[in-house]
Amino acid sequence: MTDAATEPDKITGPTPDNALRAADKADDGPVLAADGRPLKQSLNRALRAQKLRALALIAPLLIFVLVSFIAPIGDMLFRSVENQIVRDTMPRTVAALADYDAAAGGVPRDEVFEAAYYDVFYAAERKLHTRLGSRLNYEQTGASSLFRKSGRGIDDIGEVYQDQFEDLNGDWDEARPWAELMGDPTWIAAQEGWDGSGRMPAFELRSDIADVLPRTAASYQIFARFMQTEEGDSPLEEEPWTVVHTALYQDLSEGDVSGYTGPRSDMLQAAAALVASPDFETIAFRDGLEEIDEDWVDPEIWQTIKTYSPSYTSGYFLNSVDMQKTPEGPALRDEDERIYGLLFQRTMFMSMVITISCILLGYPIAYLLSNLPSRTANLLMILVLLPFWTSLLVRTSAWKVMLQQQGVINDTLVWLGLVADDARLTMINNQFGTIVAMTHILLPFMILPMYSVMSTIPQTYVRAAKSLGATNWTTFWRVYFPQSIPGIGAGSILVFILSIGYYITPEIVGGTSGIFISNRIAYHISSSLNWGLAAALGTILLVVVLLLYWAYDRIVGIDNVKLGG
Amino acid sequence: MKLSKTLLATSALTVAAAGAYAAGHGMADNMTLVSWGGAYQASQQNAYVAPYIEMNPDVSASWDESSAEAVAKLRAMNEAGNVTWDLVDVVAADAIRLCDEGLAMEIDHDEMLAAAPDGTSASDDFGDLIVSDCYIPQIVYSTTFGYRTDMVPAGVEPPSDICSVFDLETYPGKRALEKRPINNMEWALLCDGVAKADVYDVLETDEGQDQALAKLDTIKDEVIWWNAGADTPQLLADGEIFMGSTYNGRLFSAIVEQGQPIGMMWDAQVFDLDGWIIPAGLPEDRLARVMDFVRFATDTQRLADQAKYISYGPARASSAPLVSTHAELGIEMAPHMPTDPNNAANTFLYNYEFWADYRDDIDAKFQAWLAQ
Repeated sequence: MTDAATEPDKITGPTPDNALRAADKADDGPVLAADGRPLKQSLNRALRAQKLRALALIAPLLIFVLVSFIAPIGDMLFRSVENQIVRDTMPRTVAALADYDAAAGGVPRDEVFEAAYYDVFYAAERKLHTRLGSRLNYEQTGASSLFRKSGRGIDDIGEVYQDQFEDLNGDWDEARPWAELMGDPTWIAAQEGWDGSGRMPAFELRSDIADVLPRTAASYQIFARFMQTEEGDSPLEEEPWTVVHTALYQDLSEGDVSGYTGPRSDMLQAAAALVASPDFETIAFRDGLEEIDEDWVDPEIWQTIKTYSPSYTSGYFLNSVDMQKTPEGPALRDEDERIYGLLFQRTMFMSMVITISCILLGYPIAYLLSNLPSRTANLLMILVLLPFWTSLLVRTSAWKVMLQQQGVINDTLVWLGLVADDARLTMINNQFGTIVAMTHILLPFMILPMYSVMSTIPQTYVRAAKSLGATNWTTFWRVYFPQSIPGIGAGSILVFILSIGYYITPEIVGGTSGIFISNRIAYHISSSLNWGLAAALGTILLVVVLLLYWAYDRIVGIDNVKLGG
Repeated sequence: MKLSKTLLATSALTVAAAGAYAAGHGMADNMTLVSWGGAYQASQQNAYVAPYIEMNPDVSASWDESSAEAVAKLRAMNEAGNVTWDLVDVVAADAIRLCDEGLAMEIDHDEMLAAAPDGTSASDDFGDLIVSDCYIPQIVYSTTFGYRTDMVPAGVEPPSDICSVFDLETYPGKRALEKRPINNMEWALLCDGVAKADVYDVLETDEGQDQALAKLDTIKDEVIWWNAGADTPQLLADGEIFMGSTYNGRLFSAIVEQGQPIGMMWDAQVFDLDGWIIPAGLPEDRLARVMDFVRFATDTQRLADQAKYISYGPARASSAPLVSTHAELGIEMAPHMPTDPNNAANTFLYNYEFWADYRDDIDAKFQAWLAQ
């Protein structure tokens, strides 16, 4: 659409660009401007100011588009690969599974169960475990209830130890003794002196306790910080979670605390003696988790966690092309679960059919509009625009009334005797219904660009052709039609791209054979909440549209598309 | 992306500032309630919102008819850090998911809700219907079948058995079923010889799922699939279908309020719940208002009052004896309730846990089957 006369390189005479070029060519030293600076520099400065001013003028629009359009879309598309939730919710388990061979299967080492116990416990306290369950349920059926159940039952494991420590000494289930054992004295003093306003003094571990009781200290710290930040409660008044008792048991059974002389050392020594005694009841993490749900000892859940442990995944994209991530690598889904390939094909095919029927129906109307006297043309134009001003749902529902078996068309046909009453035509809830309704709805998008192109084709060409002896058909086909192609091109691109993304009309009149890929995208956004999959499907759709646009540009040339004059 | 976060933070700050102002007054003066629109929302408005506002003239309530997309919208609001809803009406399955996602607040039913008039605690009064820690049930509804009484073939009894849906010989004509696997798979298995107690055990297996789809295959050509509860009554009224599933309240209004020639087939009706959830993380003043409202709106009398306007059973056991007559037509409502003993001879309970797990998997198969 560029005009040769305004292309900067083709203008002769004194323009800034030409002056720059002249300055480049001059080899007898720099040309100076009136103020003594080199001409090149001062010109550059003037141009830069101009460019900045232009940028400032479009800045509001640019920022608006970036903030309200590009950024949200980018954010949404990014979800198609994002997968931090597994790593963030179960960091210890993911680390422990590092050397787990998912392809070989099998139940992982005991350390993995230990890590999973701690992860699930902390996640359950933060109410994140069910979120992870829903995420993994997209990949493995049953993960949702596995995590929900585990969140409810995870306390059972720690209670085994908590009860025994508590029986030994009631202080083990009290807030204060724990805080004294674990907390830094300065922090305890600060926490006691805290008047309830402003920030609570952040919990600090006592300097040497982490050496004596590493697991317990880490666990207690998580508990104390959680109480302070999430619940707004003082750790001095809250008895610790059962996971802290589990950690204490582990520390006592593995380490030696006889050298410990700090606060509450009697209590700790007694507990160590208890743990060392043969009567002390223990429960392996593996057995504990199995008791909550036996799916924990099924290799499948570990394979799934392992497969989806990286922060970014190709899983959603594989799902959207009817494949799945397996421990052995990508594989095709079972035949009875393949749907997206079919829907992509169908979307393309039906959009194509709709575009073609729009061209066939729209072309004569646009021709008529551009050749009638303007009074009649305006009236016709209103008829074309009228559907535009009617709600989409109303138009679609009207088609339902028209096309259904007890509808207007069938009733008329039966009345005329063309169709038997018990063999009424099925024209809705199938592809036919979708094509009819969508052609009607998208027709104005085809007619308007065609009309605006046709109205600029001079009648003189047609008359000239006829006066040179061409028949009506030759005149139309050789003279008129080629000039109207840019309008067809513009209309087709509009209609095709709009129909690829349509979902309301197919949902209402499409039945089962007339639905589009966008219906599944809508389903995953609003019903199944699998936004990652929806984003992947959307990304693929976007790429397909861009590819088609590129192909169109290569074959027809985008310069040939005109929306007007 | 940084930019959008800054914007979000700014709007969150604005909201927080507004909240802090109102907090000085104790309770917020307006509530945004989310419901389904239509006759159901009208019954809520009449039974408890209007009386509440009469008692508290300073308070205003606005409705948002978004319950169908509540889970997705609430998730988006939560991510944006700006939840504008105060109380959301959802079905039980959605409540479980919202609770799972941490988007709904956990409820202490005994502390937050009114006890029954005889002193029974709220949690006992609601009983098993509290299917999630975040859920305050309001009504029990059922998904069941209605049929055109004038299209029953001559000399044949009107359908009274769920399996007549699959019997095209005795009852020819189109059927309307919901475009999702839930309920349809269970009915298909029931009519393929699976005992009621075993349905979910069978449906857990691939073979069971194939069996259900094979049964549905026998009527697939005669089925119109619906998305909205209003579709089936419309299709029945138009004579497009012979029988179709939908919510019992929709059929009630087509039969009783509009006088359509439609009969109810209560056999194997599937019970489900509708109730409130409170979005997580509401500012204190709004939360205080909502709690005050919910305590009133879910007490025994209010739930019984709702049944004057719509034929859904109150979720409290103590409300059932108080159910009276229709507000305009004056007819007894009890016989139209899904929980009425005559209607509930053979009922089916929606298994929330099962569908939470198998929804994604079975839905993929179901949609692939539909598209074939």
